[in-house]
Amino acid sequence: MIDLSTTYLGMKLKNPLVPSASPLAKDLNACKRLEDAGASAIVMNSLFEEEVNADEERLDHLMHFQDIGHFEAASYLPAEESYKTQLESYLEQLESLKQSLEIPVIASLNGTTPSGWTRHAKQLQEAGANALELNVYYMPADITQSSDAVEVRYVDILTEVKKQVDIPVIMKLSSQFSSVGNFVQKLESAGANGVSLFNRYYLPDIDLDTLEVIPSLKLSSSVESRLSMRWIALLRGRVNLTLAATSGIHSADDAIKMLLAGADVTHMCSALLRHGPDHLTEVLKGIESWMEENEYSSVTQLKGSVSHAKATDPTAFERSNYIKILNSFDSPDGVWR
Amino acid sequence: MSKEHKLTIEGNEAAAYIAHRTNEVIAIYPITPSSAMGEMSDAWSNQGRKNLWGAVPEVVEMQSEAGAAGTVHGSLQSGALTTTFTSSQGLLLMIPNMYKIAGELTSAVFHVAARSLAAQGLSIFGDHSDVMAVRQTGFALLSSNSVQEVMDFALIAQSVTLKARIPVIHFFDGFRTSHEVNEAHVPSDDVLRAMLPDTLIRAHRKRALTPDAPVLRGTSQNPDLYFQGRESVNPYYEAMPSIVQNCFDEFAALTGRQYHLFEYHGATDAERLLILMGSGAEAAIETVEEMVNSGEKVGMLKVRLFRPLSATDLIDAIPASVKKIAVLDRTKEPGAHGEPLYKDIVTALAEYIGEGGDRFAAMPRIIGGRYGLSSKEFTPGMIKSVLDELLKETPKNHFTIGIHDDLSHSSLEWDELTLAANANVTRCMFYGLGSDGTVSANKNSIKIIGEGTDLYAQGYFVYDSKKAGAVTISHLRFGPNAIRSTYLIGNNEAHFIACHQPVFLERYDMLAHAAEGGVFLLNSPHSADEAWHDLTQKMQQQIIDKQLQFYVIDAYKVATESGMGRRINTVMQTCFFAISGVLEKDDAIAKIKQAVEKTYGRKGAKIVERNFAAIDASLAHLHRVEVPREVTSHSIMHPPVAGHVPDFVKNITSEIIAGRGNAIPVSFMPNDGTWPLGTAAYEKRNLALEIPVWDEDICIHCGKCPFVCPHAAIRSKVFSQDAVADAPEGFKHVPVKGREFEKGSQITYQVAPEDCTGCGLCVEICPVKDKSNASRKALNMAPQPPLREQERKNWKFFLSLPEYDREQIRWNGMKGAMLAQPLFEFSGACVGCGETPYIKLATQLFGDRMVIANATGCSSIYGGNLPTTPYTTNKDGRGPAWSNSLFEDNGEFGLGFRLAIDAHRDFALQLLQEPGLNLDAQLINEILQADQSNEPGIYEQRGRVDLLKAQLAGIDNEAARNLESVADYLVKKSIWTIGGDGWAYDIGFGGLDHLMASGRNVNILVLDTEVYSNTGGQMSKSTPIGAVAKFAAGGKSVAKKDLSMIAMAYEHVYVGHVAFGAKDLQTLKTFIEAESYDGPSLIIAYSPCIAHGVDLSHNIRQQELVVNSGHMNLLRYDPRRVAKGKNPLQLDSKKPSIPYKEFAQTEARFSMLWRTHPEAADELMKKAQAGVMERFHHYEQLASLDYSDSKNEGEQS
Repeated sequence: MIDLSTTYLGMKLKNPLVPSASPLAKDLNACKRLEDAGASAIVMNSLFEEEVNADEERLDHLMHFQDIGHFEAASYLPAEESYKTQLESYLEQLESLKQSLEIPVIASLNGTTPSGWTRHAKQLQEAGANALELNVYYMPADITQSSDAVEVRYVDILTEVKKQVDIPVIMKLSSQFSSVGNFVQKLESAGANGVSLFNRYYLPDIDLDTLEVIPSLKLSSSVESRLSMRWIALLRGRVNLTLAATSGIHSADDAIKMLLAGADVTHMCSALLRHGPDHLTEVLKGIESWMEENEYSSVTQLKGSVSHAKATDPTAFERSNYIKILNSFDSPDGVWR
Repeated sequence: MSKEHKLTIEGNEAAAYIAHRTNEVIAIYPITPSSAMGEMSDAWSNQGRKNLWGAVPEVVEMQSEAGAAGTVHGSLQSGALTTTFTSSQGLLLMIPNMYKIAGELTSAVFHVAARSLAAQGLSIFGDHSDVMAVRQTGFALLSSNSVQEVMDFALIAQSVTLKARIPVIHFFDGFRTSHEVNEAHVPSDDVLRAMLPDTLIRAHRKRALTPDAPVLRGTSQNPDLYFQGRESVNPYYEAMPSIVQNCFDEFAALTGRQYHLFEYHGATDAERLLILMGSGAEAAIETVEEMVNSGEKVGMLKVRLFRPLSATDLIDAIPASVKKIAVLDRTKEPGAHGEPLYKDIVTALAEYIGEGGDRFAAMPRIIGGRYGLSSKEFTPGMIKSVLDELLKETPKNHFTIGIHDDLSHSSLEWDELTLAANANVTRCMFYGLGSDGTVSANKNSIKIIGEGTDLYAQGYFVYDSKKAGAVTISHLRFGPNAIRSTYLIGNNEAHFIACHQPVFLERYDMLAHAAEGGVFLLNSPHSADEAWHDLTQKMQQQIIDKQLQFYVIDAYKVATESGMGRRINTVMQTCFFAISGVLEKDDAIAKIKQAVEKTYGRKGAKIVERNFAAIDASLAHLHRVEVPREVTSHSIMHPPVAGHVPDFVKNITSEIIAGRGNAIPVSFMPNDGTWPLGTAAYEKRNLALEIPVWDEDICIHCGKCPFVCPHAAIRSKVFSQDAVADAPEGFKHVPVKGREFEKGSQITYQVAPEDCTGCGLCVEICPVKDKSNASRKALNMAPQPPLREQERKNWKFFLSLPEYDREQIRWNGMKGAMLAQPLFEFSGACVGCGETPYIKLATQLFGDRMVIANATGCSSIYGGNLPTTPYTTNKDGRGPAWSNSLFEDNGEFGLGFRLAIDAHRDFALQLLQEPGLNLDAQLINEILQADQSNEPGIYEQRGRVDLLKAQLAGIDNEAARNLESVADYLVKKSIWTIGGDGWAYDIGFGGLDHLMASGRNVNILVLDTEVYSNTGGQMSKSTPIGAVAKFAAGGKSVAKKDLSMIAMAYEHVYVGHVAFGAKDLQTLKTFIEAESYDGPSLIIAYSPCIAHGVDLSHNIRQQELVVNSGHMNLLRYDPRRVAKGKNPLQLDSKKPSIPYKEFAQTEARFSMLWRTHPEAADELMKKAQAGVMERFHHYEQLASLDYSDSKNEGEQS
């Protein structure tokens, strides 16, 4: 019997497949199906502080600012007591997931201000979240800001949140740091229980008809998992926090590669959106049969076995593909020309 | 809910609370000022709030008040406790059913916020014209005078009607009571049950029509029986007064609040008596008490039950010492020998004395008068004046009080009077913008004080007749005793005055209201040192003379820094509490914070945080100004109208704009309701913070900007180079693009800087982008103040340039069509209004020959709400003739125009042939054969008519004079009926349908906002499925009525469905085609509205979304095409290209349903999506039908 279990943010999970933040988490039914399909934990869709704020603004407008000062109408839309804000809905959703699922539920928070992070983090803990994923995405559009200042911002947010909550906190990061490894170390020192590598974001596009800048996001592909894989491989064994792999994990092969590189869990999103929750079972089966074929007995054994520290050619994680290709006519070691 | 508790609420809420608690069915229709009662009932039922018996009342919105009354009648006949709410014309529409309901001895209460009736003009304000117009129906009339009384009488009326079997109109004064915020004790459920025992309700239910015990009701009776039948109900009416008094007594035993049929206040030995009913009675009590305290023998009698009138109880309530009586009516019956209450009192006393009654030493002398029509102020000074009149040997009868009647000399003079007894009342006034939250904050303050302290609180809010940049004036009173001052705060009375917008300093004489030693708070961007210099000379003098404490705060700065954006209400509210002295400062601040937390709670933690920050920062930034001893300012208040203006504008329009309309004497008033056009142009409102600036170098002269401008504030003209020889420096113009113009012609796009509202739609529509900077267009917004002077000169010069010759205009393109002068400009419509561009377009195309019938609604308010009108004339004095009849009859009204104009034309045609005139045969022939289908044709016909008139001038007979009087009708007239979807889809649909069926040449323009916009966004049959609206708080569950399809079914109606922001040329084409069609034309014009819950700066985008999602299909149905073998229907929009949800999510009216009823939202969105596809396919199929056979048939026939 292969032992698929793994440890994630101090929690023992039955396997390393954890669906990441996606619209699926909004649907209790879909979450049940994910659990039935074998998901070992679930990361909820992100609660965006910007959205919470916009929602509060809307509510404020409905309640107090509909009046235009005309005698015949003090308002135009009925401001109902039953109006539920995004935050309320999210907390309710978290509560109902906790009630219906047996697997751990990780709340995901995408914040913009220090107060938003801390207040909402507490509320999520109170509503029963097993852990908290902080989805920090800060775009340093202000070019006078140094890379240090950017990193300090992340560390400060983490420190503040850690002060407020007892549950584990995992930081979901983008790859846009000068020294990812060093930064992860800083986060670990500041109390992060894990990092999730790497986040994908909307990117700007230009509409050629209107000349307007529009956001665009396409579902990921397997190729995108390689960047995460590189950094997980590089970090495995060098840091002690949980390493979660995210972006571009579509198949059992993708997941196995991540585990080999050193991930504690592999997140899935695009593939589940594309193929449905049951796809997870297939991936899980695929991992199992690969391990069986290759005579691995546990995920623990597998994890990090091809990390930077343990790979046959660790420099391959360090080099860029370009050089690799130029030199790909080199004979393998031990072969005479 | 079960125990008696105190609330601070409006009168409407008090009535609605009891009505909802004590009824099973509520049938409603929106009308100001009673709409809120229906809206609240609907919202409560939607939330599952139950009535006394555990059921959620069924609330149904009908298509009109006539419909509501019919439904009420049916529901009552079927045994349910049923009510309705209405006012004014709405009540009139209920009259036929009211006779039935009363005639059948049916128990019911109608709650009426009493309002004026439309006569020489419409008025939404309060008086008793409406309730007095139903006094003959058989309903009882019960009057309540304050918020507390509204609550109590709503319940008492319900109890009375079940006992007496006579239906009751429970009425209270519109606005003064319906909208006054005051304190009310809410009767407990035990009280409700005691007043409404189940036995009474079962008895009502037992009278229901049921097949299990069938009866026949509603028979047709003949001369042998009808009369006796009418008399058979007399015992019920005789018993009614004592039943009412018993209910009053029963209620008093339960609550301690005792009422009487007639209530006397005043000296026990009063010789002079005032009798009246309604809220004015409260002011009368105050005044009489003060007069009695100073030794005068006066009293007042409050009438509670006007119908049936108990003469015995009336006489018993009048002190025997009374010698003279003044009876005040809040209504006008032209031609009557006195108003209704007066006549009843005279009759009662005359009968009493005539029958030997000896209560009085002699028959009291009785005079009657009118007061308070349309919420005209009724103050202690006026009340005293009436009582003083009774001191005279021969007091004036049939007098008026509150106006200056220099025509019939009916009016009594009065002096303002501040009552000494109210010395312990703190009076506060707040000047704010409609959109800055001032009213909302004040309502909140009243709640804080009313519910959180032992003080009594009262709030009344004066709004604006404009929708863009509306000003609000809040009148708040706080005191240790119940406040019954049912009038505005007068001069020298306000202890606290706040000016929330510095622009008001030059517009309003705010400090005239300030009491000695009062506090003046100004929101100013300037420091305490500088703010003094912003004041006008007069204000500085007032501050010095009255020794006012002057405070300033930069509220916008504090709000911005606290993250509140431009919401200054919390900041100003905090300052009010800090310096007004109404409450102890720290206690007050704590209470504001509590209120903020209570309001937002868990829903808005961030808002709470920001509000707290703003509250704290407000105190830190509030500064007292050291008031110098001398006036230093040189500035004076802006005159309401600048420059040389016609006398009418100077004497009347200007005075109304300045807020001095109350002083306009009767003789100045147009007695038949006829007012001049073009007056909006005099009212320079300077609302825009930013205005568009034209970049002439990159402009392509497409004409889209003047087309979309809701306020006609950006225009284009083409002219010769010579015309600009004297142009002011900085006036921009460039050679016009296009071969259709004479060589060397110049074009300009000019903004009216002081009339622009800054909506930015012209910039949004501008298709040009600077090739090297995509953020710049051919129009770019820039701050108005630095541009104002220069642009004012440019605008003046622009107006002096000649209009482009209409005969030369190429009407098929926007560039050409937009050279036509708009004859609808600078309306008071909302910033970014989606309706006005259509009206403006119609006036550009046809304005010089238009007659407009305008249904009541937004378009009649921005079209005809005084002081000014946006309709105007061209240089020849021609322009749209406009009138508003009612809401429900606009189709019929417009048809009437057509019939009369055709009759005039026919008479003219007949006279042309009159042998006695011996007119030039060739001229007559040309007139008869004229082709008036285009501008040159109309121009030429006008020329011929001028020649005809010239010939007629030389003929001396009656026929010539008669022909002169109708000759202009030989030139084509363009008849329009304009209104919103509330009119076209609901209340006026029957008439609209009949107009279409008539086949007559009338153009119908439906400004489709998909809700009743003017009365506050109530659902109409045009409201789309899934949209939230008032009366559809849970989302409308059925699809929008397809009015186009209904009209097309006639096959002889031209139908156009347009959205100007989605396809401008299609809109232009539709208007031209529709008008040219010699038969009924219907244009349904999609109009984005603030009721959609989207910022109207996105007006254009929303229209694109509406069309791209398939929510509406652009189409034209032209019956003329059939004869050419063509399909009459042309679909001008493509298959829906975006999901319906993508459009719906951009508007709060849809998106909020996901936050209130998420499951219903998903379900309704699915239905909506399926619906738009089905409808598109249906239209697509219709549009693709082959009509080539029709041509042959047409030829054969």
